[in-house]
Amino acid sequence: MKGYNFAYLDDQTKRMIRRGLLKAVAIPGHQVPFGSREMPLPYGWGTGGIQVTASILGAGDVLKVIDQGADDTTNAVSIRRFFARTAGVATTTATAEATVIQTRHRIPEKQLREDQIIVYQVPQPEPLSRLEPSRIETKRMHGLADYGLMHVKLYEDISRFGQVSISYDYPVMVNERYLMSPSPIPAFDNPKMDMMPALQLFGAGREKRIYAIPPWTRVKSLDFDDHPFRTINAPHPCGLCGATDSYLDEVVTDNHGGRLFVCSDTDHCSERRAAGHVGTDGFQEAAE
Amino acid sequence: MSNELSPGFANPVADAQSCFRAVLDAMARPGRVHAISGVSAPPPLCDAAAAVLLSLIDQETPLWLDPAVAQAHGWIAFHTGALVVEPTEAMFAMALALPDLAAFPDGSDEMPETSATIILQVASLRSGRHFALEGPGLREPRILPIDGLPADFPAIWQRNHGLFPRGIDLILCAGNELTALPRSVTIREA
Repeated sequence: MKGYNFAYLDDQTKRMIRRGLLKAVAIPGHQVPFGSREMPLPYGWGTGGIQVTASILGAGDVLKVIDQGADDTTNAVSIRRFFARTAGVATTTATAEATVIQTRHRIPEKQLREDQIIVYQVPQPEPLSRLEPSRIETKRMHGLADYGLMHVKLYEDISRFGQVSISYDYPVMVNERYLMSPSPIPAFDNPKMDMMPALQLFGAGREKRIYAIPPWTRVKSLDFDDHPFRTINAPHPCGLCGATDSYLDEVVTDNHGGRLFVCSDTDHCSERRAAGHVGTDGFQEAAE
Repeated sequence: MSNELSPGFANPVADAQSCFRAVLDAMARPGRVHAISGVSAPPPLCDAAAAVLLSLIDQETPLWLDPAVAQAHGWIAFHTGALVVEPTEAMFAMALALPDLAAFPDGSDEMPETSATIILQVASLRSGRHFALEGPGLREPRILPIDGLPADFPAIWQRNHGLFPRGIDLILCAGNELTALPRSVTIREA
């Protein structure tokens, strides 16, 4: 695009973010502050993820952007178009074809590979923020690896509700050292972060923090021996493709209590339907 | 000594990006070796070290220069604009032999990212003593040959790794190849 640097950000900003990314990778799970820039869209729309993506993207990359698993929602479409326009990179909706995947609040169902990088958009990078509002205090807790506060929260949940009442943004321990927010992905996705072959990068634009998980790194969802971590999912198959192992969205279909459960990962669902899988609310794809 | 400066990257934006991606991948998968192109280095620097300097260093990053690099000082100053400082103030270092790691900032427990990164030029990443690396980024131990490290390197690194999350990160360069050793890896002689 004329008048702009490749991928929008100027190179000095990219160098600053790149140096932050290298430190973030060297200290898995630790939040590295960075000079978050004003972007042509407001904080809360994925500016952290966009700045990380802009700093790593090269002309040969193939970019996929998802918002809650879907390639066709406003946030995903505008970010994908932003990079198609400012970097001229190829874009795709197919998980397998992408080299860089920017995501808001989901991890694709398809297992990611060594040659892929996943970039998470993060609203609140501090996992302790709801328990301790002071940044100075939470920084000290991370420095001392003092996470008693979070264990108390989990314990209180169990004593009050019989289970941990966190369904998304479920806190994890990275490499047995840092407590980390996995961004607001459903707890269903947490196990995918453990020993993932792909590099995972996290950007929080408003909060001005970057963090990372190298490939093949232990990521453990917090739990207790007698209350092990469990994922929760709607007890239905996908209405369109019949998948029983994917994360589902509940869609209200009429005013009479009609419900449809569909895969949140649109690429996963359409790939399955193209392969001939049909759910109870679906229809056979027309033969070409 | 010639008065003419050799150029930096042929394509500054694209070459810096591909060099950074190589360093990022090497940092994420410690010991994986990448080849670099796009620059011909001023002596005594190798191409990979020059590319890393051009990709990561600018006026915001105080840099310590090994006295042995003096010949390339003008080139580094012109292309990066970096302030040259003492080891205690350095964010980055460019060295031709492993300096005393204790002389550089290793960060604090609360801000371990403020530690220095040392760009170390070695003779080879294809031959020499073999080291076994283990840690985040490695599914199984990786064997990396490095020619050009001091004899007691495993002990030096053990002290550095023992500081985790504080500690120094190394970017190793030889010829047009580079790899990285983040503080998170353990290293033993293989």
